Amino acid sequence: MNIKKLIKEASAEWSDLLNGPVPAFLVGNATCGRSAGAGDIIEKLKTEISSGEHKCRVLEVGCIGMCFLEPIVSVYRPGYPLIVYGKVEEKDVVKMIEAFLNKGEIITENIIGVVGPNEQINLPDLFSIPIMKPQKRLVLNNCGIIDPTNLNHYIANKGYTGLQEALQRSSQDVIERLKESGLRGRGGAGFPTWRKWQFCKDQDNDTKYLICNADEGDPGAFMNRSLLEGDPHSLIEGMVIAGYAIGASMGYIYCRAEYPLALERLRLAISQAEEKNLLGNDIMGSGINFKLKVKEGAGAFVCGEETALIASIEGERGMPRPRPPFPAISGLWKNPTIINNVESLVSVARILQNEPGWFSKYGTKESKGTKTFALVGKVKNTGLIEVPMGTTLREIIYDIGGGVDDGKQLKAVQTGGPSGGCVPASMIDIPVDYESLAEAGTIMGSGGLVVMDEDNCMVDVAKFFIDFAHKESCGECAPCRLGTKQMLAILEDIVAGKGTMEDLDLLEDLGKGIMKGSLCGLGQTAPNPVLTTLRYFGDEYIEHIQNKRCPAKVCRDLKYYEILEDKCTGCHICFKACPVAAISGNPKDLHKIDQELCIKCGMCLDKCPVKFSAIEVYPGNKVMED
Amino acid sequence: MERSEILKQFGNDDENLINILHALQNNNSQNYLEKDDLKAAANHLNITYSHIYGVVTYYTMFSLKPRGKNIIRICNSPVCDMEKSSDIITKIKKILSIGVGEISKDKRFSLELSECLGQCDIAPGMMINEDVYGNLHNADLASIFEKYK
Repeated sequence: MNIKKLIKEASAEWSDLLNGPVPAFLVGNATCGRSAGAGDIIEKLKTEISSGEHKCRVLEVGCIGMCFLEPIVSVYRPGYPLIVYGKVEEKDVVKMIEAFLNKGEIITENIIGVVGPNEQINLPDLFSIPIMKPQKRLVLNNCGIIDPTNLNHYIANKGYTGLQEALQRSSQDVIERLKESGLRGRGGAGFPTWRKWQFCKDQDNDTKYLICNADEGDPGAFMNRSLLEGDPHSLIEGMVIAGYAIGASMGYIYCRAEYPLALERLRLAISQAEEKNLLGNDIMGSGINFKLKVKEGAGAFVCGEETALIASIEGERGMPRPRPPFPAISGLWKNPTIINNVESLVSVARILQNEPGWFSKYGTKESKGTKTFALVGKVKNTGLIEVPMGTTLREIIYDIGGGVDDGKQLKAVQTGGPSGGCVPASMIDIPVDYESLAEAGTIMGSGGLVVMDEDNCMVDVAKFFIDFAHKESCGECAPCRLGTKQMLAILEDIVAGKGTMEDLDLLEDLGKGIMKGSLCGLGQTAPNPVLTTLRYFGDEYIEHIQNKRCPAKVCRDLKYYEILEDKCTGCHICFKACPVAAISGNPKDLHKIDQELCIKCGMCLDKCPVKFSAIEVYPGNKVMED
Repeated sequence: MERSEILKQFGNDDENLINILHALQNNNSQNYLEKDDLKAAANHLNITYSHIYGVVTYYTMFSLKPRGKNIIRICNSPVCDMEKSSDIITKIKKILSIGVGEISKDKRFSLELSECLGQCDIAPGMMINEDVYGNLHNADLASIFEKYK
């Protein structure tokens, strides 16, 4: 089919949606929306509308990024901009229908912002509100705006024009465009995408493969999931362009099985693209062939490592292989293979959809463009964000994230998941780019940003990540298999108050050894969370070891509970709640906790009525002290 | 569905192995792979049983033991832990009277811990089969489980 005809049809449908006579409700129905109850909202809208007298559309869109405000419902109404509402409940739906459809009024409660010309009603522009203002949505621009199951919505928003542009050029030209854009791998390592492609293109081999790594598994990361759920065609377009540039006619998307909605949306999008000849043989009459298959993971984190991923597609245990040879030379079934991350490939589509210089005008000298982040943890506004490279962590946490939850003190930001590290609060003015983060001892990673506050124990956090790496280690090479086990054992000793000062040197030595000796990226980076916390939070380790105190009052063996004499009224509630009978005292008398018996479960603290607040938790260990 | 019907949907190349194993396991009412499943897959792809056994035991989502009709996967990653997923795990164990890796008496549920489910924006989170539940509170759990017969 002719692309011009496709665009014409798609634009007509899109324009009818925006400017036509029929109003529309758009409901955010990605994983975050679903979990907040978007399914019930959609049901309610549909029943209310079908029983009413007005014609109205109900569409499902992806995640617009403000997951903490879900369910999000946007309303298109002729003559008005798109009005976006947050935290919508079923009862609000009835009010909305009544106001919009029956009376032609606007409900002003719960408005997040509006999109589009906004002269007649004085409402905040969605992209100017504090959460959105520092963001530049180059990659996520369609998420939450278009219906991901409707190919026409994508096409009407520049979709597949990047592919059209690419196919009119030589494959070398496409690589040059990538070079000019400055795009570097968004999976975390930051290798220039064009250079990787050039290696593969230069291989004299008839069969080449392109793989999209959608095996997102870093704790704290869900950027790829949202992108796949909200805008799957962007990935397909990016992949066809990449396939053309490197000379591959077969592509695979390796997506983790824990993302059922993303898989469903991908499969649908692939069939739609095939039907319109945007994928398959002789794409848009160019003579270029490119086919796509979806491969599911089965719950092995290490399969996000490129050589393990290749083994998994080949039907093997997903274990890494030594590099070199690099996959660009010898990858899937020993053929030249390029593995790119979801965000990298979507960026490719955007770069080709826009004029040269468009992408590279954002970002820093060495890190061009934007980066998506999953902003999670102890931050007010959790969600999916996209900022120009070089934005500081402070801007991300305070301007976009709204600061730390419950007025607590920021302690650290964890970036790069189990391969990254913890940046202390004192360093949050560093810009987020590949080089600055590496200098701070962490990595960009795929984009998880976990905000931690004073209630988080950094030794415990380090232990959690090492435990993760230890469990997910495939066991192939000894440094990773045994080294992470030893690091975990040492950290378990420290949090139990059995650590020694020598342990700290041992952790450092072991960590460095594991990084040097491991076969793949998992082991080579696994000690990072421990090494960065040792570097920035060494005092906290020393408190655990020398003073048997967990300052954040997290580690069970290094904290204790006490009943405050001046507040206890002898209500006897804690006495009944204690599962090990460690609390003594008669009703109306002062109660006391036997520290020898106490298992520090915290039940007494939970159950003590707030009006008394007679139980306090302190860092330290009474029994060890005595 | 018959095993042979499922296998027919896939080609004979090794690359189909993991997708085949998922399909066979999903077709099993007790959510696990029987010896005969492995044998049938080996036959279909013309590879050895031991190779498939190696693959099945490598990936955490495959099971060689019967499981409950519905699988609860609760996220055990640092972000969910920060949001008190351990309390949720304790409560689930209590409601269903099962431990991690066990099947409930009525065989309705299996409880498994999972590494990050990518639901950190709605932590603490869990999945029951393919359904996602986030921002969990202890009080919500019983009514969620009610939906699964």
